[in-house]
Amino acid sequence: MRKFLLGLAVLAIVAAACAPEEDPAEPIDSGGTTEPAPVDAASCAADASLVNDGVLTVGTGNPAFPPWWEGGTTDANKDWEFNDPYLLQGFEGATVGAVAEQLGFSSDQIEFVPVPFGKSFAPGPKDFDLVVQQISYSDKRAQAVDFSESYYEVNQALVSVEGSAIEGATTLDELKGAKLGAPLGTTSFDYVDQNIQPTEEPAVYNDLNGAVQALKNGQVDGIVVDLPTAFFVTAVQIPKGVIVGQFPTVGAQEYFAFALEKDSAFTDCVNLALQAIKDDDTQSAIQQEWLSDKASAPVIEG
Amino acid sequence: MKVAGGVPGLGSSRGVPGVDPEQPLPPPGNRRSRILSVGEPGARSVWVAVASTLVFFGVAAVLIVRSPGWASIKATFFDREVFADSLPKIVGQFSTNVFIFLVAEAFVLIVALVLAVLRSLSGPVFAPLRLLAIGYTDLFRGIPTILVISLLGFGMPALQLQGFPKSEIFWAIVALVLVYSAYVAEVYRAGIESVHPSQTAAARSLGLSRLQSMRHVVLPQAVRRVIPPLLNDFIGLQKDSALVAFLGVIEGLQQANIISQATFDFTPYVSLAIVYLVITIPQTRFVDWLVERDRRQRQGGTQL
Repeated sequence: MRKFLLGLAVLAIVAAACAPEEDPAEPIDSGGTTEPAPVDAASCAADASLVNDGVLTVGTGNPAFPPWWEGGTTDANKDWEFNDPYLLQGFEGATVGAVAEQLGFSSDQIEFVPVPFGKSFAPGPKDFDLVVQQISYSDKRAQAVDFSESYYEVNQALVSVEGSAIEGATTLDELKGAKLGAPLGTTSFDYVDQNIQPTEEPAVYNDLNGAVQALKNGQVDGIVVDLPTAFFVTAVQIPKGVIVGQFPTVGAQEYFAFALEKDSAFTDCVNLALQAIKDDDTQSAIQQEWLSDKASAPVIEG
Repeated sequence: MKVAGGVPGLGSSRGVPGVDPEQPLPPPGNRRSRILSVGEPGARSVWVAVASTLVFFGVAAVLIVRSPGWASIKATFFDREVFADSLPKIVGQFSTNVFIFLVAEAFVLIVALVLAVLRSLSGPVFAPLRLLAIGYTDLFRGIPTILVISLLGFGMPALQLQGFPKSEIFWAIVALVLVYSAYVAEVYRAGIESVHPSQTAAARSLGLSRLQSMRHVVLPQAVRRVIPPLLNDFIGLQKDSALVAFLGVIEGLQQANIISQATFDFTPYVSLAIVYLVITIPQTRFVDWLVERDRRQRQGGTQL
């Protein structure tokens, strides 16, 4: 019996060791009825609880792909491949910079953390205040995270190589027999699956580089990516790459949004900041600067 | 479990390593009685085992369900709707995994046997063949499977050689055969070495050549002995067929990835885990049964 009691004691100790951490005291939601809602982003952000006080912690993918991030790598932040997000260049870089400014953060009060796509929606405490990596809004996804308003309205496009069977295709029907690929986690695959419905099973790559390599190898006839990425892929990654065209929007206009922790009070602040940079035309200037030549391509008819 | 040198649970005429041949082995019994009784015979030990099991799992369940994150875990990992939606799609794409591992297993059986025989050949004239076999196993047991799959799957088609297949599934199967042949060759070798040297000596004295005695005397005994550890490696191979997702093939894992990232929900991974368990658990039980049967046969008449 003594042995049994000893065993129970051991189990109890193990159980105690597994006990959950104390939940950090969360600010009580005012519900927006007693206090007036803050009208500008900076005062809203001043009241919000952040991952690190006084710093805006932004998650994005590493490597940081153009044209979303630009400026190249730096010795200061060696861990970042392709582009150093701290430069705040490229379309997303500049947008983050402008939003942060509205929220009352200077450029040296922004921290970047690498966030693999899957981690951006994993449950549990986050190590970032917001994630920006070309995440498209969908109702289903919005059940797991908070989304900001749109910061870019996006169309999907088809990239192929010179001399391919689908080069010069102008209708979706011409793509039915093609072997198409798309990066994982993008709505590009959904577009292939639902709107093109090719007879060959499409391929889905874990990242853009996998899709690009497969296209170079001739393992797929074409890859579907968002239009600005298509410009980057054809200009930099595949010397013989061509943009066959962009796809018509089916259903609701697709857009990219910041993702935040579900029910985060900070989401409203980010939306106020986004509204501010839309109102004072900062956003259209950013789009003009980083995506102006990447905004259109011949449309493939449905 | 990767078995390198020895074959667990399988003795040989030379005795089980680590077990004193003078010491009688414990009575075999069945699995259940061994789980419940922890050495103390009688009803009391069963009662203690039941009570401590209930307490342990009870405390664990309460801790998990009462943890602050449980609500969000439940919503994102155990979403009934996503489960019902994802399971049929995942099962459908899982047929690709089944195809991949069945083809790979057939080739592994042959390639590994050739490797093991090469490595087991005695005689100075076979030295280069032995070296080749050793180099091969060192190389492919030393590289993570995912690297071999990525290197072959993205690299070989990039060579743009005439007549070289471009299919990802083809190269994935090649990669799995290369890696698992290295493991299974070691399993075979352990089996070959477990056959007592007197068997070879007897065969040679009857006038059989080295290869003939390997073929007709050693291998039949060795292969029979290594079936359980070999099946263990096959279960490993079946699970590793999910690595083909890296090449863009929409098999079970990639289908789960697609649904998960479209819905921001992890339930599809739970669905896939269940699919894997449904095919691997019966095999594991089968291996257990084989080991048990083998042990009974060896001990028959001497212990009981």
